[in-house]
Formats: sequence, structure tokens, C-alpha cells
Amino acid sequence: MNFGQTILEALDSLSSNKVRTALTMLGIIIGVGAVIAMLGIGTGTERAIVGEIEGIGTNLLFVRTNHEDITNPRPLTLRDADALNDPGFAPSVAAAAPIVQGQAELTYAGQGTTVSLVGVTEEYDLVQTVELSEGEFFNSAQINGLASAVILGANVAEDLFGRSDGLVGETVRVSGQPFRVVAILKKEGGSQFGSADDQILVPLTTAQVRLLPQAVKNEVSMIYVSAVDADAVKSAEEEVALILRDRHKIKLAEDDFSILSQEVFLDMASTVTGVFTIFLGGVAGISLLVGGIGIMNIMLVSVTERTKEIGLRKAVGAKKNDILVQFLIESSLLSLLGGAFGIVLGWLLALGVGKIAAANDFLLDPAITINAVLLATLFSAAVGLFFGIYPANRAARLEPIEALRSE
Amino acid sequence: MTKWVVDAENITKVYQMGEVEVHALRGLSVKIAPGEIVSIMGPSGSGKSTLMNILGCLDRPTSGKYSLNGESVATLTDDQLAEIRNRGVGFVFQSFNLLPRATALANVELPLRYAELNGRNRKQVAKQALEAVGLGDRIRHRPNELSGGEQQRVAIARALVNDPAIIMADEPSGNLDTKAGDEIMNLLRNLNKERGTTLIIVTHDPEIAAHTDRVISLRDGRIEE
Repeated sequence: MNFGQTILEALDSLSSNKVRTALTMLGIIIGVGAVIAMLGIGTGTERAIVGEIEGIGTNLLFVRTNHEDITNPRPLTLRDADALNDPGFAPSVAAAAPIVQGQAELTYAGQGTTVSLVGVTEEYDLVQTVELSEGEFFNSAQINGLASAVILGANVAEDLFGRSDGLVGETVRVSGQPFRVVAILKKEGGSQFGSADDQILVPLTTAQVRLLPQAVKNEVSMIYVSAVDADAVKSAEEEVALILRDRHKIKLAEDDFSILSQEVFLDMASTVTGVFTIFLGGVAGISLLVGGIGIMNIMLVSVTERTKEIGLRKAVGAKKNDILVQFLIESSLLSLLGGAFGIVLGWLLALGVGKIAAANDFLLDPAITINAVLLATLFSAAVGLFFGIYPANRAARLEPIEALRSE
Repeated sequence: MTKWVVDAENITKVYQMGEVEVHALRGLSVKIAPGEIVSIMGPSGSGKSTLMNILGCLDRPTSGKYSLNGESVATLTDDQLAEIRNRGVGFVFQSFNLLPRATALANVELPLRYAELNGRNRKQVAKQALEAVGLGDRIRHRPNELSGGEQQRVAIARALVNDPAIIMADEPSGNLDTKAGDEIMNLLRNLNKERGTTLIIVTHDPEIAAHTDRVISLRDGRIEE
């Protein structure tokens, strides 16, 4: 039996009842569209999150006090940070930047707003990619001299001044004390982890002494450690752990600090997005299943309607397989065509979601991968075949005399 | 070439209808020589449809021997029977049974497709068959664009396209007016004369039966002598 001819015939038969064909295909179109859109958005989200984590600064380790398992942890201090900056003990560490974090009231011309405040040292510039739209980062004189200098995040500047340029030299009040604006951070956009756009930076000493009165002297909230390169992250982590255990006099007990690497964040993120993708894929899969049942239903109707045709074909020499193949091709074409339309629909959907996300400042670039397209195509063909088997088999097993006799 | 194109011996057919056994054929023997025109007559319920189905290899006898063109077919599988029908039997039905959406050419091509003949030959052979029934200028028409007589001619072209040993015609003029019916009968007789195709006509019209070489009359599943 000629395959190409059978496909043409199947197309002809499908086009003979266009409304029915379109409605049957709709189930598959929606199913495949959902799969494609979900996978696209899932992949896009994962990439956005990974990009953001990598954007925090590559080769980065975060050292925090471990409050969870330890009753009386020794806090991290500036001395700890200094020790980590000693290349003799920590050759894999490029820089260690201690920070203190807190909240502060920021006012200008009577307008006030609460912002998150980060006290930083010179090393902050080394571990974080700090990009300034104007002005310059703190120098050592400012850091050591408790200078009343502040660097504003882009959004903070916008909120306060209604603009984010030409602000260097202005004076704002932080917790009631006058501070001179020395620089403005370049707008990053779309960070989900407390964006730097909403922060202000001040010298760490200034923060500890003048702005965060509750702070213990020399105690820091966190130390950012950057490794000399990506391969050195592991050894940097070990060196940091050794130095801090020594300084905190820990011999056998649990560490009173924890070191998080980007890898941990990436693992976490990919686990989360993986679950997310599986969940969405599952929902989409169910709609494909429903579409498949629709195909089976219509094919059964079609077999009943065409009993006489089947009888005739058998009378002139069609074998069981010929009839089986004919109906399987019809159901597969139905779902494959639906799949093709569904891919286009899913792509448009993902594109639309990407646009909406972009309008809301979340950079999500939906990625329709070739894998997703192949998966959707294969899956829809499989659905057509699977749900076509029962009706096709029924057609193939019809007795020619019975079939010919039917009206 | 064997002596008989149809050689059925002591054929019975029993249908199981629930608890009841229905004896449609009660042991009849039929021999038909190549090139013969034979009509099968009988009242409804006499078993003529059953006999036609068995002679046309659409069904198997319950017992008895049947050879079509020298090949014993009583115990073949469904697919083997399909092959025999494809090569050896042409069917002409009362209600034409054409594929409504296919052109005349495509309808005639259908048996050739199941015979796995390649595309170009297929078109050529199908076209010749349509020319033989006088529809050479109608090959692109669909059944609804043809008259009843023309539709039956397409069906006849389809029946003879594989050059079968026998053509089974079941009331071929039953759905046609007298004139078209006569034309169809003349066409069948001419094809028989030109090609030597054996013709078996199932009918209850004595007029048609009178124009055949031999009449086989059935009653209650047996041949009336």
C-alpha cells in the first residue's frame, strides 16, 4: 500500500469535515501549546535566576554566623575578615569583604523613606561588581575616617530626587545626620534578591559607630569572600573554614559559621525550577491526554460512519493492516497537525508572558528549545498513535460482508 | 488453466443466530467454465447472497470444497482471502459503492493500490479500464457529478481493472432505470465477449436471467433442478 497516497487520502478525509477536525485538533493544540509555553517559561525562569545568581559576582562565597545549630555562636568580626584577607593563610582568597546590614531612615527636603543600608569596606568593590552611574566608590580615607558619605541605589535616588543623575555633592539625611552623596549605583533592574537598586551604601565604620547603635563593635553581618578564580572556590572555602575554626577555637564541635557558595544557590534554584517545570509539564500533559481522548472519540465515530467504505475497501482487496494503517495515519495526522499549531500557539503564549514579565521589570526571556519542540512533536504523534489504535483496530477487524451490508 | 474457473463442491453454510442454527446453504455444488455468463436466481432467503459471498471469497463455507481458478480457498486466512479478492474477483454492487470524495480515476485505482502497483502504472491501467467502459473523458469527475449509469460504469471499471477471473455482479441494474440498466447489461456482456471474463450475476429479474448462458435457481439453500 502506497504510503504517500495514504497520507493524501487521510488529509482529504480530514478536510471533508473541517469543523469536526478543527475541534478535535483543538484539544491537542491546547495541550501542546501548554507544554511548549510551560517549558519555555520554565527554562526562561531558570536562566533568569541562574543569570541573577551569577550576576551577584562569580567565585563568590558567603560567610554567615550559624545561628541554627549552635547555642552561643561567636559573631563574625572585622578581625575575622582581616584574617581572611591575609594571603599567607588564605592563598585562594582574592578578597574578603565584611558588611553590616540594617535599616535607616533616609530624608531629603522633608521627604523620608526607609531603606536598607549596607556598611561596606573598600574590598566590597572587589567582591561585588559595583557599577556606578556617576561619582566614585569610597576611598580608604572615607572608610577609615568615619566619613559621612553615602552611595545611593538607583531606585532610592529616583524616589528621593525624582532623577538619578547630577546628584553627587547633594546632601541627604541618614537617620537624621547629614551625609554627602558621593556616587550613584547604576540601575541593575530585575533582581529578586533585594536589589542593589533599593539600597544605600555607607562606610562600614560609619554604619557601626553612627547609624546602627545596636551593633556590637567590630561585629559584621556577613563576609563576602571571592576566590582568585572559579577553580579555587573549593580550596577558598576550605581555607576560610580552617581560619575561622582556628579563630573561633572550634576543635570538634559544629562550626558556628556557615559558608554558602553560589553552587548551593544554583543547586537550590535548579531544584526549584525543576520542580516547577515538572509540575507545569504535568498539568500540560494532562490536557494532552484529554486531547488524545477527544481524538479517540472522533476516530470511533469516523469508523462507524465509514463502515461501508471499509467494507468496500476490504472487498477490493484491502488487508487488515491496510485499514489499520489508514486509520492510524489519520489519527496521527490529526494530532501531529494539532501539535504543529500548538507549538506556534505555545511560542506566542511564552512570548506574551515574556513581554508581560518585562513590563513588570522581571527579565524573563522565554526559551523555546529545540528539545521542547521535538518533545511536543513526538508526544503529540504518540498521542495520536496511541489513541488511534483502538478505533483503527476496530475498523481493521470489521467483517467485509457485515460492513458492506451496513448503511 | 483449469477446466472450471469456479468449482464448488458440497458447500454448506451455517450461521449461529443466538441459540438457533440457520442453514443458509445445505450442500450445493456449482461448476462454472471460463467465459460463461451465469445468473443466480431465487427468492429472498434462498441463500443467493450467501452463495455470492462465498463464491466471491468474502466469506468461507462451513464445509465443502471451493476452488477459484484452480486455487483452493475454503480454508484461507482473512488476509489471504483479501489477496484472492484483489487479484481474482471483481465486484459490482447494486448501490455502486464508490468512494464519494474520490475521482473516478482514484476509485478505479483503489484495487491496484492494494495490489501494490506503483503510481504511474496504476494511473495508466486505471485509465484504460475507464476507457473500456466508455468513460475516458470522465476520469476527473467525482461520483456526485456522474449519472447513476455512469457511476455503475466506474464500478465496473473498478471490478475489471485487476483483470480478475470472475466478476460478481449483485443486481447491477437494480438501482437504474430501464435504459441505463440495459446499457449496463450490454456493457457487461460485451466485456465478457471481448475479454472472456466469467460473469456471475445475482438477480431476481427473469428478463436479465434470460440473457445469460445458464441460470442457477436456488431455493432453501439448494439448487433447484
